[in-house]
Amino acid sequence: MGSEFHASYLDVPPGGGGLKSWIFSTDHKRIAILYLISILAFFFVGAAIGILMRLELIAPGKTLFEPSTYNALFTLHGVIMIFLFVIPGMPAILGNFFLPIMIGAKDVAFPRLNLLSWWIYMAGALLAVASLFTGGGPPDTGWTFYVPYSLRTGTNVTLAVFAAFVLGFSSILTGLNFITTVHRLRAPGMTFFRMPLFVWAHYATAWIQILATPILAITLVLVMAERLFGIGLFDPAKGGDPLLFQHLFWIYSHPAVYIMILPPMGYISEIIPTFAKKRIYGYKAIALSSLAIAFVGYLVWGHHMFTSGMSDTSRWIFSLLTFLVAIPSGVKVFNWVATLYKGSIELEPPLVYVLAFIFLFSIGGLTGLMQGALATDIHLHDTYFVVGHFHYIIFGGAVFAFMAALLYWFPKMTGRMYSKRAVWVALAHQFVGFNMLYFSMLILGMMGMPRRYYDYLPRFQTLHVVATVGSWILVAGLVVLAAALLRALRRGERAPANPWGGVSLEWTIPSPPPEENFSLPPEVGEPYDFSKGPAR
Amino acid sequence: MTTTAAVDQVFLLIIAISVALLLLVTGLMLWFVVRYRRSRHPQAEEVKGSTALEVAWTLIPTLLVLVMFWYGYKGFEFLRRPPPGSLEVTVTGRMWDWGFEYANGKKSEKLFVPLGRPVKVNLRSVDVIHSFYVPAFRVKEDAVPGQESYLWFKPQSMGPADIFCAEFCGERHAYMISQVIVMEPAEFERWLAAPSPTEMSGTEAPSAADAAREVMEEWGCFACHSTDGTESVGPTLKGIWGRTVTVIAGGQVYELKSDEAYLRKALLKPSDELVKGYDDLMPPSELTDEQMSILLEYLKIL
Ligand code: HEC
Ligand SMILES: [Cu+2]
Repeated sequence: MGSEFHASYLDVPPGGGGLKSWIFSTDHKRIAILYLISILAFFFVGAAIGILMRLELIAPGKTLFEPSTYNALFTLHGVIMIFLFVIPGMPAILGNFFLPIMIGAKDVAFPRLNLLSWWIYMAGALLAVASLFTGGGPPDTGWTFYVPYSLRTGTNVTLAVFAAFVLGFSSILTGLNFITTVHRLRAPGMTFFRMPLFVWAHYATAWIQILATPILAITLVLVMAERLFGIGLFDPAKGGDPLLFQHLFWIYSHPAVYIMILPPMGYISEIIPTFAKKRIYGYKAIALSSLAIAFVGYLVWGHHMFTSGMSDTSRWIFSLLTFLVAIPSGVKVFNWVATLYKGSIELEPPLVYVLAFIFLFSIGGLTGLMQGALATDIHLHDTYFVVGHFHYIIFGGAVFAFMAALLYWFPKMTGRMYSKRAVWVALAHQFVGFNMLYFSMLILGMMGMPRRYYDYLPRFQTLHVVATVGSWILVAGLVVLAAALLRALRRGERAPANPWGGVSLEWTIPSPPPEENFSLPPEVGEPYDFSKGPAR
Repeated sequence: MTTTAAVDQVFLLIIAISVALLLLVTGLMLWFVVRYRRSRHPQAEEVKGSTALEVAWTLIPTLLVLVMFWYGYKGFEFLRRPPPGSLEVTVTGRMWDWGFEYANGKKSEKLFVPLGRPVKVNLRSVDVIHSFYVPAFRVKEDAVPGQESYLWFKPQSMGPADIFCAEFCGERHAYMISQVIVMEPAEFERWLAAPSPTEMSGTEAPSAADAAREVMEEWGCFACHSTDGTESVGPTLKGIWGRTVTVIAGGQVYELKSDEAYLRKALLKPSDELVKGYDDLMPPSELTDEQMSILLEYLKIL
């Protein structure tokens, strides 16, 4: 394809450049970059808060903050990381950029709605920031907003909850857009079973976004109504039930875990075949299991409530369902490993990040088994074990996969290549720091250290120190990676159209892609077909 | 069997399976990466899908998870069945301490139990959700307002065990801790029969102020109130008697002079008239009439 004739999406558009050409652009690629910048900004804020919390915990007693400050910090860390980083970030950044391209479309189905979604995200983020400085100050309930405490605290829970409510709309609209795009805008020849697994993963995620998020919205409105008017839905003194809130909250928030992890599974399914130069093992199984996970994931919310006082019968039913849902995720891991078998493997940075992902995500999944089993979860629930477990899943899983994907598609998105040496340094720090930080938490939890504790007994200190030191090493790795990528933006070598020898459609167009993506309808073949050599 | 042993068995089983699976996955992955690296294996070979393999790696994990589920369930069932003849103790969670009450009305701030006898803990909460957690016995259950719950354990060795609150419950959540104190059975019986310190009378009659402070200690008032003028979660109680208080009730703000009627109400139904500038955090008190009068006398002189 004669690419030189087409302006890249990064070039100054005819109407003039500047900020306006970004924040009012309806180009899915520019919107993806808007999300990338805003969401990563919040990630670094969230990480900074995490570092402060770890500093406070380096020794028992007061180190830096008062208890109320610490309680606000862990709430903010959770709210930012969940509602402002992982939930929007995993589907909306790379999904926006690559989902249309991978199915041979020029844009998403509703480009203006897409821009609106970003604006709603920003509005929600602003409200969340506003909740820190208004009313009774930053909320101190934890990101889970459990009643009755969240109804009684004088901190600004109402506004924070409203922020999460607004953010939900952004998520719903993005889901709607992706589903319509996949159904309506596939290029000729792009049947469902020719779609890359990245697209399948985002498609499944989008269904969760539009089906589950309204439940959270309703729950949060109820919390606001309780706080403002005291109707008594959750207040036992008025005939309400505090457990009702937990059910409603987790009916959304468990499926939300799949909003966080399905897109990353999609990234992984793209990266491994490219560096093994081999068809992905079990394409259909992976594609359909994404959908299966999306729907069966609705049925397991009760495993967050094994000590809540819920009936014994519902506890064992939720335990059984939880174990059954674990199987498709496990099978995906086997599929990825099997794809490496007899491949021709090149250890480039994205693939090595994927290997780290598989290891960390496996630990996350296996520690999940200990919490899925009733007897052991009784001991582990609400301890540091849970904190360690979900960081293995969300950070070790989703975020490591995201870093792998960023390294994989960075040359495509920016037209530049980064320094691989810097990436090795970053990964080594991240991997060591990560395990020091979160494996210590697993052990602390086994020893009985409860979570959300400002202070702790001296016998827990050694592991807390290890974890805090780990947090410094981990963050150093993150900073090195960020610096390497920022430097590459200006100084990096020009990247070719297909630096890794990939075969999906994004590698057939120039780096960075032209504004309209494809000048001619793309040729669509079988997915992951490396027999014809790299895409051109 | 003890609850500790029942849960630890399940831990061992699941950890063993998990470690084996982790080693398998990581080992295979690393081996493939080394064995089939580009320099050694320049041309990838297509591998035909194997139905047998896929069935195997779906069925074997399914069996494994069913085994884990089953043992998890059996262990849990054991945790939910307090043996007959257990010592029953009512435990009340409130911001931010635990109160223990025995069948004979004896109250304490630590959970004293006899060695070797199962203990059934009946849980309740007067304000927000707390969670009663004794790591040494591997037991935990939430104390939910308006709802009753329970757990049990059997102390098999002497020595104290920590009690934590595991459900976040506000500013001093991390300090909502206590201990299980295991005693020789005979010693325990003597302790149980002796009156609680606040009911103590006779030779060493404590001063009125001491008695009042005991009451406040027992009900955890000092977690939120000082008596020396420093502000904390709640207003200081120094000079409370006769002070002008601005309260909010039913959306209206008004001033009143603190007297016996007001204080009684402030203790029994703290949410009805909230002191302006403070959160609705104070648990409604469950003082006995006697304790109430001791306390009111004390508040007059503070
Ligand atoms: C969880 C924290 C907490 C605990 C425990 C607590 N209080 Fe309070 N208390 C508060 C708060 C907050 C207020 C102010 C808001 C209100 O009026 O409820 C308050 C208000 C009061 C007032 C009214 C003060 C005034 O200035 O008018 C009195 C009297 C009082 N508490 C006594 C007690 C006593 C006695 C106890 C122990 C039986 C106790 N409190 C336990 C938090 C607590
Ligand atoms: Cu508590």
